[in-house]
Amino acid sequence: MSSSTQTSAAGAATEAPARNRRVRRLTGRDRIVLGIMVAVPTLIQLTLVWIPTLLSIALSFTRWNGLDLADIKPAGAANYQFVAEDYPPFWPAVQHNVLWLVFLAVIATPLGLLLAVLLDQQIKGSKIYQSIFFTPVMLSLALIGIIWQLFYNRDNGLLNFLLGTAGTPAAVDWFGDSSVNIWAALFAATWRHAGYVMILYLAGLKGVDPSLREAAALDGANATQTFFRVVFPAMRPVNIVIIVITIIESLRAFDIVYVINRGTNGLELISALVIQNLVGEGQVIGVGSALAVILLVISLVPITWYLARTFNKGAAE
Amino acid sequence: MSPATLIYKGVDMPSHDNAFFATAKADLNRRTLLKTLGIGAAGIAAAPLLAACTGGSAPSGGGSSSKSLTFGSNASDDVPKRAYQAVTDAFTKKTGNAVTTNVVPHNDFQNKINSYLQGSPDDSFTWFSGYRMRYYAGKGLVAPIDDVWEKIGGNFSDAMKKASTGDDGKMYFVPNYNYPWAFFYRKSLWAQKGYQVPKTFDELKTLAAKMKADGLIPIEFADKDGWPAMGTFDYLNMRLNGYQFHLDLTAHKESWDQKKVSDVFDTWKALLPFQNPNALGMTWQDSAQSLAGQKSGMYLLGSFVTQQFTDKAVLDDIDMFPFPELAMEGMDAVEAPIDGLMLSKRGGDNQAAKDFLAYMGTPEAQNVYASVDPSNIQAAKGSDTSKFTPLNKKCAQMIADAKSISQFFDRDALPAMANNVMIPALQSFIKDGSVDVKNLESQAKALYAAQ
Repeated sequence: MSSSTQTSAAGAATEAPARNRRVRRLTGRDRIVLGIMVAVPTLIQLTLVWIPTLLSIALSFTRWNGLDLADIKPAGAANYQFVAEDYPPFWPAVQHNVLWLVFLAVIATPLGLLLAVLLDQQIKGSKIYQSIFFTPVMLSLALIGIIWQLFYNRDNGLLNFLLGTAGTPAAVDWFGDSSVNIWAALFAATWRHAGYVMILYLAGLKGVDPSLREAAALDGANATQTFFRVVFPAMRPVNIVIIVITIIESLRAFDIVYVINRGTNGLELISALVIQNLVGEGQVIGVGSALAVILLVISLVPITWYLARTFNKGAAE
Repeated sequence: MSPATLIYKGVDMPSHDNAFFATAKADLNRRTLLKTLGIGAAGIAAAPLLAACTGGSAPSGGGSSSKSLTFGSNASDDVPKRAYQAVTDAFTKKTGNAVTTNVVPHNDFQNKINSYLQGSPDDSFTWFSGYRMRYYAGKGLVAPIDDVWEKIGGNFSDAMKKASTGDDGKMYFVPNYNYPWAFFYRKSLWAQKGYQVPKTFDELKTLAAKMKADGLIPIEFADKDGWPAMGTFDYLNMRLNGYQFHLDLTAHKESWDQKKVSDVFDTWKALLPFQNPNALGMTWQDSAQSLAGQKSGMYLLGSFVTQQFTDKAVLDDIDMFPFPELAMEGMDAVEAPIDGLMLSKRGGDNQAAKDFLAYMGTPEAQNVYASVDPSNIQAAKGSDTSKFTPLNKKCAQMIADAKSISQFFDRDALPAMANNVMIPALQSFIKDGSVDVKNLESQAKALYAAQ
């Protein structure tokens, strides 16, 4: 501590004449502060993100039981070959992730936009509706599990009760039947995702300059035209965020299938396979790391696209 | 690394300074690596290791003179939790040694066992017999307890002793209780319909067909969680190919890609139409309710199924019969997983912990446990059976008569094989009756090679 006090005192001494010459010059103290502010997040980023990522990549080319470092054996691309050729849940998982993305993009995100537009009107109790639609985003995993169990249960769930099939052999097994359970899970995912998208679009709609709407109205545009030709394009920054969120949500979709049946029997997702292979007793570090790397590579595509856009825009300005 | 850990290690190996530093360095590397393993695994795997680094292990790491011990328990359900509490209380009362019990939710305990044993485990902990025990013993993560067995050896049968032995011939495990897998059914329903206990597989099929005609689900079945179907696989495998083949297959000394294995699935296919068609959406608890409600005729499960029958009238109406004979060894092999206690590496230096395991290996302690949790069969000979229900007596008799005891697929096999390979394979078999044994073999080859 004492040394930094001295530095700042010395800095203060040279500060007065310097300020006259170049106002924006940083003092020694500023440099230290800035240095720390940059170094600490960088260090955190490095230890929590980059080192694990690089180690995962390295481990994906090895066989390891996770116990002793001496047990790590090089395996070349064997883990990737295993995943692609011998691991039956892998390709269904890829398909399900794609389906998830399409479903969120085509159904859930537009639904969130619709909700936002509706709630942006001056309707009574708008705040209450907003809270209701946003609640699923905040609920914990365990609670979500219970809620959908009540809804989908084969014998005494609400859905089969409404269909009038509860307790009969015709009751749909929403979680157990592998041809319907992915749709049941997607419905639950929509329930969450739409609320999330709604809040973001509500903020976006509030940020649209009202004079744009007025100008459009004066030019004779109807409500639909105003929205799609004027308001929606004006929300471009929000749209991009939403696209990225939708893609990332579909890649890291995990919790809902995990509470249903831990991502087996028709609910395979890459993220669930990563968890199954990396965490817990069924740990196979090489295979799990390979799956994680595959997921990373897929994720990098939208992230790179987003970053490239953001930086290009920054450079253009 | 904190000084506390260094001192503790120093006490451990005072005469091998060089080796000590080498170990510390290797440890550090391993920790750094594990700490940063990536994805969610990082946090979970590292937490206990970090705790070790900050001296979380100091209080009980004292050494052999300690008069207290820690006990890591996976008995998180109410009844087993109270049962172990009764045992530790009785132990403290008897010896004056204090026991600190750390209860961890059952599945979490199992899932985190790798990092738990490498971090700062409790002196003693609950675990299972089978591959799961031999594997960690082989890796040197648990302490051998031959000296404890010198005291308690007389309390156990040879089958129990075999189930407590590691691959190196040393003893590692004290059995507390086990429970058999068998067909359970309601006596009143069977009496009313005139069903007879089947002795052979053909009789079982005939009986199932009759039940189906009577509008029942003949064989109750649940596999949403993936593991219960392994029971059916194990029994069919042992009845068709024998106990030794079961052991060799689960240890991957036998190939999956052979006729013996496809025969198991082919035989099973004859049974599939009689098993509950909604199995993939049901938990074993759901199925137990269905059996209690007389919607289904019989249910192949562990005797823990009786925990679900809270209505005493139903519980008293439950009877059981062993899996019928098929091709080999009659009904000699019984699937009866054993639960018990082990010592961590550190616990091996704590005499109080050894005393605790020795106590657990007496009929006296097992009676204390069973007095609170009577759904299992005590493992020690000479345990009190006077409070047994007729059903429990039958279960105990079945285990006592068994020539060989298997531990259930997920305890006898590599956990990754059971979790990552068998669960999806069995679920897809249940769905459409198809299985690719060639693929099972290539998966097994890759996974066992990684150990």
